[in-house]
Amino acid sequence: MRLVVDLNRCQGYAQCAFLAPDVFTMHGDEALMYDPQADDSQREHVRRAADACPVKAITLDYADLDGAAEAGGSRDD
Amino acid sequence: MTIDGYLEAFRREGRIVVVGASLAGLRAAEALRAEGFAGTLTLVGDEPHEPYDRPPLSKQVLLGKVPADHTRLPRVRPVDAQWRLGSAATGLDLAAKRVRLADGDVLDYDRLLITTGVRARPWPQELEAELDGVFVLRTQDDAVQLHHRLAAGPRRVLVIGAGFTGSEIASACRERDVPVTVAERGAAPLVGALGGVVGEVAAELQRAHGVDLRCGVQVTGLEGDSAGRVRTAHFSDGTAVACDVVVVALGATRNTEWLADSGLGAGPRGIACDAGCRAFDVRGIVTDDVFVAGDVARSPHPLFGYQFLSLEHWGNAVAQAEVAAHNMVSASAERRPHLWMPSFWSAQFGVNIKSVGVPPMADQIMVTQGSLAEQRFTAAYGFQGRVIAAVTFDQAKWLDFYERQIERAASFPPEFTTVDRRPEGRQPVAADFPDPSQPSHGPTVTLSGYSPTDRRVSFTPRRA
Repeated sequence: MRLVVDLNRCQGYAQCAFLAPDVFTMHGDEALMYDPQADDSQREHVRRAADACPVKAITLDYADLDGAAEAGGSRDD
Repeated sequence: MTIDGYLEAFRREGRIVVVGASLAGLRAAEALRAEGFAGTLTLVGDEPHEPYDRPPLSKQVLLGKVPADHTRLPRVRPVDAQWRLGSAATGLDLAAKRVRLADGDVLDYDRLLITTGVRARPWPQELEAELDGVFVLRTQDDAVQLHHRLAAGPRRVLVIGAGFTGSEIASACRERDVPVTVAERGAAPLVGALGGVVGEVAAELQRAHGVDLRCGVQVTGLEGDSAGRVRTAHFSDGTAVACDVVVVALGATRNTEWLADSGLGAGPRGIACDAGCRAFDVRGIVTDDVFVAGDVARSPHPLFGYQFLSLEHWGNAVAQAEVAAHNMVSASAERRPHLWMPSFWSAQFGVNIKSVGVPPMADQIMVTQGSLAEQRFTAAYGFQGRVIAAVTFDQAKWLDFYERQIERAASFPPEFTTVDRRPEGRQPVAADFPDPSQPSHGPTVTLSGYSPTDRRVSFTPRRA
């Protein structure tokens, strides 16, 4: 699954690093590092992290949003 | 047909071509569909890859945490586009409303969006640039090659230019325990973007992490061995360093050459457009059907004296793409201005650096919170008595407050009290920016005057 974090918006609350530690990690005190192509097994964790982000900085692919088809969804473009 | 009737028909069955298939191009295409554009949408990209994110290339990817081809951008919505990837646009005929591609094809459009961005400025000596082991870092393919070399454990890496990209590369090298020399022609790293006061902090940070930092020098030549592999770099102070990897990080150059004969107001500083993202032609007249967004655009900003502002910033690409898309399919009374507050971030040597506003415009700086010596601080930048920018090192949480101060044109030095004010924060000092006519790595936000057709400025590295 694909994701991107708007690091202008990110304030280092680190909620994502607690909820999906295999995908989001703090690098130093404040900088966030993340895996932009997380394993599909992380989908639920990443969704929860995106929902919990206080500044809504995490963008997921529409195919991975709640309610989208499971198993990666489908994209024809 | 009335003008309004034309817009209705255009939204239903018009043809939009987007040249440039990176962050700005993708987000614009998505926004066009979200705005209800139902016609034909074509995206042209010179790289063969679908749109991917670049900031991780100098961070997670060089550290080996993420493969270079794992940064493809998530899609916000379906775009139902025709993709022409791996075929650069080579020309534009404004009168015929037609784009020429490198593979010989032509694409007719009703409205065009240009999001061709920038590319890494190459090492100016071509023969030296071709030596094995000499790299730039801008694209996914660049990152694949550079990561491969770093993983092989080079004896020493030389980074030429200590702007954000160069500094992040040096940081990744040190984190991988690879010996690295950084050569910067300015007085300190990041000096063009953040000024000399903060530049000194960046220099301390590099040295504390074991970087062999050499400021005030230029690389005068790269020397290879008989097999064509880079071996030695020579400096303007007469010294030399043995290195088997060289990364040229001398900033970026706008992808506007394909527009040279088009009649658009395009040059080395980018393509001038109005606040509504409509491109100017060389006569200074705003075009009706050509729009610009992202790194290649330069547009006037009311907060900064209506000078044209060029921004190589991730957030600007997203915001300007959305405004351009909206305006492309809207009547003139419905159009919106692009009034984005310049903002960027960099992570290097374990420190989170963030900025709002236009620091290089400043004449003074004041450390309003924290301490330079602790490498954890907030600095406000002033220009003619008002707050024009702010920079934080590991204090991002304060930045929103300063953004409001910039928007309000609050007075400088700041009159408000702040937590954690230190003795060094009682007086403003000179911001100490280098003469902008002496380019080094270059800032990623630049004020470029009032002329929509400025074509005079070009970068010519001095040779020893």
